[in-house]
Amino acid sequence: MKIQEADAKSLLAAQGLPVPPWQVAREPEAARLAAERFFAAGAERVVVKAQVLVGGRGKAGGVRLAASPAEAETVARAILGLTIKGIPVRKVLVSPAADVVAEYYLAALIDRAARRILVMGSAEGGVEIEEVAARNPEAIVRIHADPYLGLLDWQARRIAFALGLGAHLRDAVAIAKGLVATMRANDADLVEVNPLALVRDRGPDGASTERLLCLDAKITLDDSGLPRHPELEAMRDLDEEDPVDLEARRHDISYIRLEGTIGCMVNGAGLAMTTMDLVKRAGGEPANFLDIGGGARADRVAAAMQLILADPNVRAILVNIFGGITRGDEVARGLLEARAAQTRTVPMVVRIVGTNAEEARRILEAAEIETATSLDEAAAKAVAAAARSTPVGGGNGAEVTR
Amino acid sequence: MSILVGATTRLVVQGITGREGEFHARAMLEHGTSLVAGVTPGKGGRRAVDDRVPVFDTVAEAVEATGANTSCIFVPAPGAPDAILEAVAAGISTVFCITEGIPALDMIPVVAAVEAAGARLVGPNCPGATSPGTAKVGIIPGSIHRPGRVGVVSRSGTLTYEAVQAMTDAGIGQSTCVGIGGDPIIGSSFVDILRLFAADPDTEAIVLIGEIGGSAEEEAAAWAAEQLADRPKVAFVAGRTAPEGRRMGHAGAIISGGRGTAASKVTALEAAGFLVAGSPSEIPRLLRAAGFRG
Repeated sequence: MKIQEADAKSLLAAQGLPVPPWQVAREPEAARLAAERFFAAGAERVVVKAQVLVGGRGKAGGVRLAASPAEAETVARAILGLTIKGIPVRKVLVSPAADVVAEYYLAALIDRAARRILVMGSAEGGVEIEEVAARNPEAIVRIHADPYLGLLDWQARRIAFALGLGAHLRDAVAIAKGLVATMRANDADLVEVNPLALVRDRGPDGASTERLLCLDAKITLDDSGLPRHPELEAMRDLDEEDPVDLEARRHDISYIRLEGTIGCMVNGAGLAMTTMDLVKRAGGEPANFLDIGGGARADRVAAAMQLILADPNVRAILVNIFGGITRGDEVARGLLEARAAQTRTVPMVVRIVGTNAEEARRILEAAEIETATSLDEAAAKAVAAAARSTPVGGGNGAEVTR
Repeated sequence: MSILVGATTRLVVQGITGREGEFHARAMLEHGTSLVAGVTPGKGGRRAVDDRVPVFDTVAEAVEATGANTSCIFVPAPGAPDAILEAVAAGISTVFCITEGIPALDMIPVVAAVEAAGARLVGPNCPGATSPGTAKVGIIPGSIHRPGRVGVVSRSGTLTYEAVQAMTDAGIGQSTCVGIGGDPIIGSSFVDILRLFAADPDTEAIVLIGEIGGSAEEEAAAWAAEQLADRPKVAFVAGRTAPEGRRMGHAGAIISGGRGTAASKVTALEAAGFLVAGSPSEIPRLLRAAGFRG
């Protein structure tokens, strides 16, 4: 699960990491009020940042500076009108702008091949790490945390020195260790601070001091860890979530909507991806990824059918079940029940093999539902059925051919 | 012969009195697996699966009483890492963890401890392994198999069944089928399993079934190019149509930052001498084309 920058910063702050103060605003006026407070506290400028769960918001004009509360409001209004990579911006983060001396990159993530937490740092901050890796791989320091103890002090020191932060050793060590601590405290897959900035503060007497500050933060959480962190569930951004995703999660169905016309219902993630691939190979486009999971019961089959039919682009449904724990006849009955309850019907091709497949076939054929024995055949039949079926006019859920 | 599971397997099922544990324990017995013990803390002294299997409170007691050397874990996610460590501490040499949904960070110290103990872990979130005719450990349906000389290794569950069924239907049997699991942190990689197949005189050909996410297929390809150059090799990679940045069911199946794509994996596997199937149904034909005569 991805979380917004503001939530990521609160998780960093909870581990004692230095983050600038911030306020989230959903309206331009609220952005102005937030800016007023920061200006009153001595800020010279504020930064207004789009809160969206996609990258590249800077390039899209989603991060801008403002020199007055009025300008903050104007800038916020402009950003709140943006759509970044298809996501409408619904809120902005307002923060005092920092006087940046230098920018660094620092992140902790799971290294699957090494089966360890990997801490990566670079003195080239503010740019995407992939870009640095491609252009100048030597500029990236990589240290694997101890599998039992986490990031050790000496490891954090190595990172700090490699980044040229020897003059700020104590803070740099605390931040590097803090990223790993944040990861472990929240079951995160990734904790990225880019940029980690060296900023200049001016005192009332005009003397300046430098300190490290986490100017941006990106955290993704391990979905498997969420059950033991119920408080993090509140960070799920429902603004950016498709309502069908919520519905799918409620039924324990793994569902991802795509652009095509052939709805897929499959048991098992690998087989579900394969079914999509074979639809494409047969000349069609999959409308979704859908894994109904193991031992699927009739009610889950019905929920899956509803999810698929909620997508107005769907013109045929391909059901592919390899029965092991899942009993084919139960799926077949579930399909009939689900179909009876639907207002919109589209052609359906069903392929059920394994446990009780013969009985499943009898049930389906009695109901005049098209069946297939092989997956290739099922994909071809579904593509043909979609081609025959009339597109839904205006997405109003009208009856389509059977 | 075979790898991981076979005639010398003496199996203990951890979590045998749960619904899943008991259901699959019965199927394992029916396949002829030497299932000698079950473990459920607090239920020691009972018998499970129609009185056929003695239940112990601890793995250590089960090992002492029955000589179990292999474990299959059905314990729910919160207790599964501990169950793995308990098995290893009791001297179990091969542990299969079927459990799904274990947080990745929980598995990091566990895989390190298993490795330090010199034991082997397969999974978690895996379907197990079957050596047709001798032993089945896990949840792979026994009916899809046929004894033979092709080693199958996969990151997936039902997709593996699909591929194995296609082989069996074409008269091509398997030495051992292993599902390594779809999680980001797993005990045995493709390379670990390929190494066992390479040393198995009864495995003449390899079928590798991968999917998007991570770089395990690329690492397997590099290893196989050197160490399995002379054996027929066929692969299938799921997720050619998967979009970037979305987790496709399995926790580990995600393309991020342009890495982990099916195209990259197919290219690496082909360069390593694998024939890559466009559909699981093509696997038998490609095995023959690669020179498999079994």
